[in-house]
Amino acid sequence: MQENAIELKHITKRFGNVVANNNVSLCVRKGEILSLLGENGSGKTTLMNMISGIYYPDEGHIFIDGKEVVISSPKDSFKYGIGMVHQHFKLVDLFTATENIVLGLKEKGRFDIKIAKGDVKAISEKYGFALDPDKKIYEMSVSEKQTVEIIKVLYRGAEILILDEPTAVLTPQETQKLFKVLRRMKEDGKAIIIITHKLHEVMSISDRVAVLRKGECIGVVNTAETNASTLTEMMVGKKIELNIERSDVVNPADRLVVENINYFDKEGVKILDNISFTARSGEILGIAGIAGSGQRELLESVAGLITVASGKITYHDPVTGAEEDLCSKNPVQIRDLGVRLSFVPEDRLGMGLVANMDIVDNMMLRSYNDGKTVFVERKEPKNLAERIIEQLEVVTPNAQTPVRQLSGGNVQKVLVGREIASSPTVLMAAYPVRGLDINSSYLIYNLLTKQKDSGVAVVFVGEDLDVLLELCDRIMVIAGGRISGIVDARTATKEEVGFLMTKTDGGLANE
Amino acid sequence: MLEKIIAFICAAIVQGIPLLYGATGEIITEKSGNLNLGIPGIMYVGGISGIIGGYFYEKSTAEPNVVLCILIPLLACIIGSVLMSLIYSFLTITLHANQNVTGLALTTFGMGIGNFFGGSLLSFFGESGSISLLTTGTYYATPLGFSIGKIEISFGFMAYLAVIIALATSFVLNRTRVGLHLRAVGENPATADAAGINVTLYKYLATCIGGAIAGMGGLYFVMDYTTGAWTNNGFGDRGWLAVAIVIFALWKPKSAIWCSFVFGGLYIVCVYIPGLSSATKELINMLPYIVTILVLIITSARKKREHQPPASLGLPYFREER
Repeated sequence: MQENAIELKHITKRFGNVVANNNVSLCVRKGEILSLLGENGSGKTTLMNMISGIYYPDEGHIFIDGKEVVISSPKDSFKYGIGMVHQHFKLVDLFTATENIVLGLKEKGRFDIKIAKGDVKAISEKYGFALDPDKKIYEMSVSEKQTVEIIKVLYRGAEILILDEPTAVLTPQETQKLFKVLRRMKEDGKAIIIITHKLHEVMSISDRVAVLRKGECIGVVNTAETNASTLTEMMVGKKIELNIERSDVVNPADRLVVENINYFDKEGVKILDNISFTARSGEILGIAGIAGSGQRELLESVAGLITVASGKITYHDPVTGAEEDLCSKNPVQIRDLGVRLSFVPEDRLGMGLVANMDIVDNMMLRSYNDGKTVFVERKEPKNLAERIIEQLEVVTPNAQTPVRQLSGGNVQKVLVGREIASSPTVLMAAYPVRGLDINSSYLIYNLLTKQKDSGVAVVFVGEDLDVLLELCDRIMVIAGGRISGIVDARTATKEEVGFLMTKTDGGLANE
Repeated sequence: MLEKIIAFICAAIVQGIPLLYGATGEIITEKSGNLNLGIPGIMYVGGISGIIGGYFYEKSTAEPNVVLCILIPLLACIIGSVLMSLIYSFLTITLHANQNVTGLALTTFGMGIGNFFGGSLLSFFGESGSISLLTTGTYYATPLGFSIGKIEISFGFMAYLAVIIALATSFVLNRTRVGLHLRAVGENPATADAAGINVTLYKYLATCIGGAIAGMGGLYFVMDYTTGAWTNNGFGDRGWLAVAIVIFALWKPKSAIWCSFVFGGLYIVCVYIPGLSSATKELINMLPYIVTILVLIITSARKKREHQPPASLGLPYFREER
């Protein structure tokens, strides 16, 4: 029997009337990886925040190495050897890896970055990280940044590591690398808690799984003795079909033809390199690629938000059959043609919705020009808002609630609902399910499929390859701003797509 | 000819010293993410505070002591400048007021204070019609000379101090933990906060220490350059040049040293070119400002991340509510 590294007993946390965690008890042993599974709002993050000192539990006790402790600040949690790797990296871009790692430490004695560098190297070698301690953060890929975050907590002597959705931004290959490192840490006797939505990862990495539902711990099971569908059932409380019903493509017609577009960013770096593809009606075209490979710029150039350096984007009007050149049109004209861009995730609130406005007003962002009088039309947007809230099960007190107060998943539902309601002919969705729980994700997948069935050309930028393979008809893979392959989603394998994602010759475009 | 060039260089350095104080102070402030446009005002207050301190000490004793003659104005100057910086800090850091507006208001306020107390002091001096602290001024301006070969160079002690402070600032910023933390606060306060750095404390300290150093530029001007004399608006627009130098020097205190001397040279170059018509002189007097504009254009066009201002410069920091 291994020792318990950390044990939570009867933890309860309330925010006002909302009970975020109710009587949760669980433990993590030394040399073990525990997956924490649960839908959005099930209290995973709140629970972890109590361990890392951001919140303080209302009731209950925390034991570390068998002794009861009080964790009232992040400092306390450092002291007890708890390190949390957040989903959003907290790094200073201009600093080197080492500078970021030592940041905030108040050690006695002279400050010598060289010694720190040596320590960082030693940790990297011990666990098999590949990290250049002198590299600046702004030159790093997402996976390198994550490495810096992990080494940061190890450098502070963490024995208990909490990773909040660490694989959300990684390619399958990078994920495998991360898992290898995690296994080495586990052998070293560290206790690891990993929060993730991806069931297959839970199955492959963890020793035990704790499932949370609506703030309560539903159960802790050994991974070896369970399977994905049991876990899902525990998680959502009912049996749900995790199948995307992929219909066959009916009467595809070219809707959007992109020919040889190139785009350079402000620094003159080539972001899009000779991209050509066709999006057809009644089909979902998936775009796979490591985050920052040019997906965002590609969608924005089609939507007219950025101007390409060269190349041609043609839109085939389904009604008139006319061919329209999108490059010469502004975003409003393109939108009026029925080309819709929804979700830019880096910026869920920045580009799609206005956080301080309520749901109705956000609906009006699309329709403020409608109506005959100088006054804006409020009735129709209000109906639309209420329809979306009902159909997509948006959790909100009412339609007059500022979007800022909704949880991430609900914000996305509002955004997708609005874009679909405008009955587009081309719907572009980038990472529409990022941060959504399984239930909501499948709701969105099915919405996209419905759009496809009604003859819309759907372009879907995704990160979960399993989903891409299940949902899309064709998958276009971009790596470093270039198309490294277009595959048939019905026959391609994950490994194939993963390989294409990393297939760059020469310089990979920096984010 | 050579003598003339050396004389020009020395004069340029003398002109550059107040700018260097101001620039070093502003660099420290900006490294914490605070764009303190109140620096010109703070330099005025630093000058007048020093004059007030020196005046009351000179008046209180028949035989002024050298050490006190230097320390009292210095202390008065630092107190005055820090008070000004505290106003700025409280408004922008604690109350999250807009940094530009606060800074500009503070500059107007500081110049007003300088001229107000300058006017009040003038009435004490009565008949002579000018404020002059000759004893204190002479102590401050006592040349500490050295020679390189045959060339003799000498400046008052505060000139050397300015260079030392700039070098020390560079060392602290780049080589110490405190410097690392300060730069982190200016680059990404949320990250610094998460790393356990007291963002508010760092911002307050950097702004106040920076303000004190900038104020000493005003003190140098009134005590050394003008040997203890105050004239209203005498300091002119040097404070703005100091702010421009920060950009010119790319937020590096070491570069600020030579940048200040270059700007100091530009400030007086018209005096050293013989046979200029008054119209040409006025044109040449524009040089520092034209250079500043050019520098802004060039640095904005430069893409290197290391040459950019601290990323959070000018932005208030709110800790995330959740």
